[in-house]
Amino acid sequence: MDLLTLHIVVPVLTLIGIAFARNLQQTRTIAAIGMGIQLLQSVNLVFAFLAERRGGNTAEVVFAKSIVWFESLNIRYDIGVDGISVAMILLTSVVIFTGVFASWETKDLYKEFFISLILLAAGVFGFFISLDLFLMFLFFELAVIPMYLLIGIWGSGKKEYAAMKLTLMLMAGSALLVVGILGLYFNSAPGGGQYTFNIIELSKVVFPIELQRFLFPFIFIGFGVIGALFPFHTWSPDGHSSAPTAVSMLHAGVLMKLGGYGCLKVAIYLLPEAANELAWIFLLATGISVIYGALGTIAQKDLKYINAYSSVSHCGLVLFAILMLNKTASNGAVLQMISHGLMTALFFALIGMIYARTKTRIITEMSGILKVMPFLSVCYVIAGLASLGLPGLSGFVAEMTIFVGAFQHQDVFHRVLTIIAVSSIVVTAVYILRVVGMILMGPVKEETYSAFSDATWYEKVATVALIIGIAGIGMAPLWLSDMILNSLDPIISAITGI
Amino acid sequence: MPGLEHTILIPLIPFFAFLVIGLLNKTLSPKVAGMIGITGILASTILAYQVALGYFFSFGQVDGVFQKIIAYKTSWLQFTDSLVIEMGAILDPISAMMLVVITTVSSLVFIYSWGYMKGESGFSRFYAFLSLFSFSMLGLVLATNLFQMYMFWELVGVSSYLLIGFYYDKAAAVAASKKAFIVTRFADLGFLIGILLLSFHTGTFDFQLLTDPNGPAITSVGGATFMGLSVVSLSLLLIFIGGAGKSAMFPLHIWLPDAMEGPTPVSALIHAATMVVAGVYLVARLFPVFAFAAPEALEVVAYIGAFTALFAAVVACTQPDIKRVLAYSTMSQIGYMMLALGVSGFGEDGLGYTASMFHLFTHAFFKALLFLGAGSIIHAVHTNDIFKMGGLRKFMPITHITFLIACLAIAGIPPFAGFFSKDEILAAALVSNKLIFGVGFAVAGLTAFYMFRLYFMVFWNEAKIEGAPHESPSVMTIPLIILAIGSLVAGFVPFNELVTSNGSLLATELHWEVAAPSVAIGLIGIVVAMVMYRKASNLPSKLSSSLGGIYKAAYSKFYIDEVYMFVTKKVIFNLISRPIAWFDRNIIDAFMDMTAKMTNLVSEGIKEMQSGQLHYYAIYFASGAILFVVLMLWMR
Amino acid sequence: MIEGVPLSHILVVSSIMFFVGVYGFVTRKNLLTMLISTELILNAVNINFVAFNRYLYPDKMEGHFFSLFIIAIAAAEAAVAIAIFISLYRNLKSIDVEDVDSLKH
Repeated sequence: MDLLTLHIVVPVLTLIGIAFARNLQQTRTIAAIGMGIQLLQSVNLVFAFLAERRGGNTAEVVFAKSIVWFESLNIRYDIGVDGISVAMILLTSVVIFTGVFASWETKDLYKEFFISLILLAAGVFGFFISLDLFLMFLFFELAVIPMYLLIGIWGSGKKEYAAMKLTLMLMAGSALLVVGILGLYFNSAPGGGQYTFNIIELSKVVFPIELQRFLFPFIFIGFGVIGALFPFHTWSPDGHSSAPTAVSMLHAGVLMKLGGYGCLKVAIYLLPEAANELAWIFLLATGISVIYGALGTIAQKDLKYINAYSSVSHCGLVLFAILMLNKTASNGAVLQMISHGLMTALFFALIGMIYARTKTRIITEMSGILKVMPFLSVCYVIAGLASLGLPGLSGFVAEMTIFVGAFQHQDVFHRVLTIIAVSSIVVTAVYILRVVGMILMGPVKEETYSAFSDATWYEKVATVALIIGIAGIGMAPLWLSDMILNSLDPIISAITGI
Repeated sequence: MPGLEHTILIPLIPFFAFLVIGLLNKTLSPKVAGMIGITGILASTILAYQVALGYFFSFGQVDGVFQKIIAYKTSWLQFTDSLVIEMGAILDPISAMMLVVITTVSSLVFIYSWGYMKGESGFSRFYAFLSLFSFSMLGLVLATNLFQMYMFWELVGVSSYLLIGFYYDKAAAVAASKKAFIVTRFADLGFLIGILLLSFHTGTFDFQLLTDPNGPAITSVGGATFMGLSVVSLSLLLIFIGGAGKSAMFPLHIWLPDAMEGPTPVSALIHAATMVVAGVYLVARLFPVFAFAAPEALEVVAYIGAFTALFAAVVACTQPDIKRVLAYSTMSQIGYMMLALGVSGFGEDGLGYTASMFHLFTHAFFKALLFLGAGSIIHAVHTNDIFKMGGLRKFMPITHITFLIACLAIAGIPPFAGFFSKDEILAAALVSNKLIFGVGFAVAGLTAFYMFRLYFMVFWNEAKIEGAPHESPSVMTIPLIILAIGSLVAGFVPFNELVTSNGSLLATELHWEVAAPSVAIGLIGIVVAMVMYRKASNLPSKLSSSLGGIYKAAYSKFYIDEVYMFVTKKVIFNLISRPIAWFDRNIIDAFMDMTAKMTNLVSEGIKEMQSGQLHYYAIYFASGAILFVVLMLWMR
Repeated sequence: MIEGVPLSHILVVSSIMFFVGVYGFVTRKNLLTMLISTELILNAVNINFVAFNRYLYPDKMEGHFFSLFIIAIAAAEAAVAIAIFISLYRNLKSIDVEDVDSLKH
């Protein structure tokens, strides 16, 4: 079996294993082992991919495979990866691996919980390896549906409302997406012949500009909703704050990235002329959302809301960079997806761990946590520093690439927007330090705090794995950036029309 | 350059020390952690001296001109074909000079902290952070390009943040650390935009290319303009904002006095000798660009420097906290350095440049000495308030003598170090701008006055401390003595031969026409301070009440903090953030909820049709069927 | 086969049966009468099937099959419907269609 299909097979085998598990201990062990294998094979995939490239394979996608699935509509099981998808797969496997550890102590319906969680991950893996738009959409939906159950059943607070809102908004996005994908499909054979869903083949089709203008908003907004495109981002704060820890991690860390990935590799890649024409509208929206999300964060009191709004700001930056339509900025966008994925997963994991002890997420009700839980607090500070773009951690690499890339535009419009987006780094510093100052530092709030234990071993596994990722990318970004840069060439040449 | 790659180890050794102490925090005993930190910095000090001396006296010069040598470089992140972040080490007169300053002061502070921080709960954490800081600062001065500098710039900011907030359960320390980071971050925003602008305009981050007189930055002055400024001037002004933030120039100075909440050795290292002069270093690093392509920006540097020097000196005269007086004094002295750079020309007229670097060099010694002395005093009497001290000269002889030497040095009394550098600064200012010279001259007098106010209040006057404070242990006094020697001899280093704007020798001598009056005004300041503060008297209070409003304003630091608090708390938090949060919840989100509610409403409206009455269903069905039949007939 | 009877006569009979059935279905309130009305409608259709088959395609059998099929379904339907009516009557003491409206919004 090939490398890529294994990325779906392993989660599925894990699911089957969990179905036979008898108790919580077995369930989580199987989940951890399964996702551990998944992580290892993702690392292996990265090495295999780099080796392939070094061996002179310059194909747009490698490890490609195509099996006819539904012949009359030419739907195929088309898989293959480029540098971007390899990077995203690695991110996903890190986040799901740590997510399993972050939900180690799930008590209610644990079996169903792990099944939904891993099903979601399987959907995401499938999404990143597919080249066939139909297959991609199928996996996309496969990732969204378990989310509803995960939030609705295992969530907290207004969970039913949040689950319903999130699912409905994402479904509305999917509806737009279907229209867009079918629009592409039915125009994929202008000279007659077989229609196709295959991205590579679609990229060679020249769609008339009127059609592009019509389809671009459907696809971009369709993917944009899940990437928290302003003003369709409001599912995110409610959804994240109600979701259980691992689900927030996976959702903010990975699922939101499906949006950015889709916008880049479908909307812009397949409809480049429309992207050139219409980018400015979405640029305004995302440029605003970067600073708007950041300013909105300052006024929040709930840790999860803080992180959800800062995600709006950071994910806004991803879409902002993609819309800059040049190589450096797009590279930054992918780096930012990875960086934000790791960082926000770490944040949500830590928030869950802190909440499990203090039983509150309101920042004004906590103080002095550094003294009682030094390990978790240090991790929180590291996550915070990554978020505010400290050199040596991943956030800096991503943000600077975006800013430098975005600033390559000559005209005032792009530059002013860039400067607005750049100024978010100050606001980010304000809200991060506000939280750190309020909950971690200061005198210990209550007597009961001294009874809190510091991180357990499984919490340490979760946080350390994520921190290694953050610091690794932050200190040696060149290999990752090179891997992504190579894969951006087809997209960029589609935009510039060369 | 081959044979010099080990230069990169100078910053890396403290970094490894940081990693080891940080990762093994739990398992290492504090003593071992401290030893690792000290060993690390001593090792890089030795390397730094070897490299710097080698640079100055053997391989640095070619035909009598100091070269910029890239000792090491590797690419770290590629943006575009020409815009690459490289990690490397550059060697030129100023970076070699800074290496000496930083490693010297660092290692002394590391050793001093062994005594000062003894028994603190975060002893190993302290050494970890100090090592991190040394790494960042050394990386900053060795930066080969603007972006590398920006990276380390941020890193020193963070280490400063961590160290100011070292006593993290003290609310004031937390607030101060937050303030320091956010104010400098705000300034760094300017720096970053400046880098983006300059790099886009010139297509490079590299210092060698940027400062090359025939390079793209300098030759392309014509270019586009914005509000009457060329792009290069504009970007340099933006970059200077970053420098001003880090170097606590008015009006971005508000974080520095509060930063004194950190442990005193930290204040000595970061907020006196090294990090706060990073802004000066930045301007000096880009000096050819300033001088050739952006004279307007250089003028701004001069005026900001002069104003800060005066402003801070006035405030320093009124403060009751020993460390805050020193903090304002630091601001004032950095203002001097900026002013000197601002009035300087390039090459033959580069006296200001040399003077500025000279002052940076000497200032590091005597200011670090002052802070460490203050630390020694605070260690003994456990208060920062100079009105609660007095008569300490009997109890702490070594601290007293070394402190006196530092005071004389900063007041510019020959033959102490400050005299030589200050003389050059004033001489440079006199040639170029009379107004700025006047300010500098007045500041010289004020400096002498407030330093000796401090000195007499602490060491003379009447003893207000109960019991007998004891002299600090020798691990603390030895660094004081070494720094005192440094303050004595640093003035005799021939800076005009070593550190000049274009690398070649600058002909200069002592300017007695400037030196004599400035020494005189210094002496006057000392005498006035002696009269007022040597013995307890009511003179100071009389004077302050006669000055009334001015005194009060200076005592309250001219209310700058209040203005900032107003803007951040009231305007940004209450008038921007809160409304945005409200808008998001109640307008955008409400719109989404409204869509759902509308759907609900529509279904409420039509659900009555499902009445449960079979007859109605039959009628709906029949009419539907008829409708279709009619439609089909009609469509034909 | 009745000689000399044209197709149209048979169709008129079946149409009358159909509309009588529809009228009965809409106007009666008793569920049993309504069921009888449905039977009328179904049988009207049956007549149509058989007649069309006999007159238009005498060599084919589909019309007959369909009639048989419908008769079988009608029988099954009557059995199920009357069972429901009986249990309705047990619960409501009425088989008036207007009383049976619990399945609504």
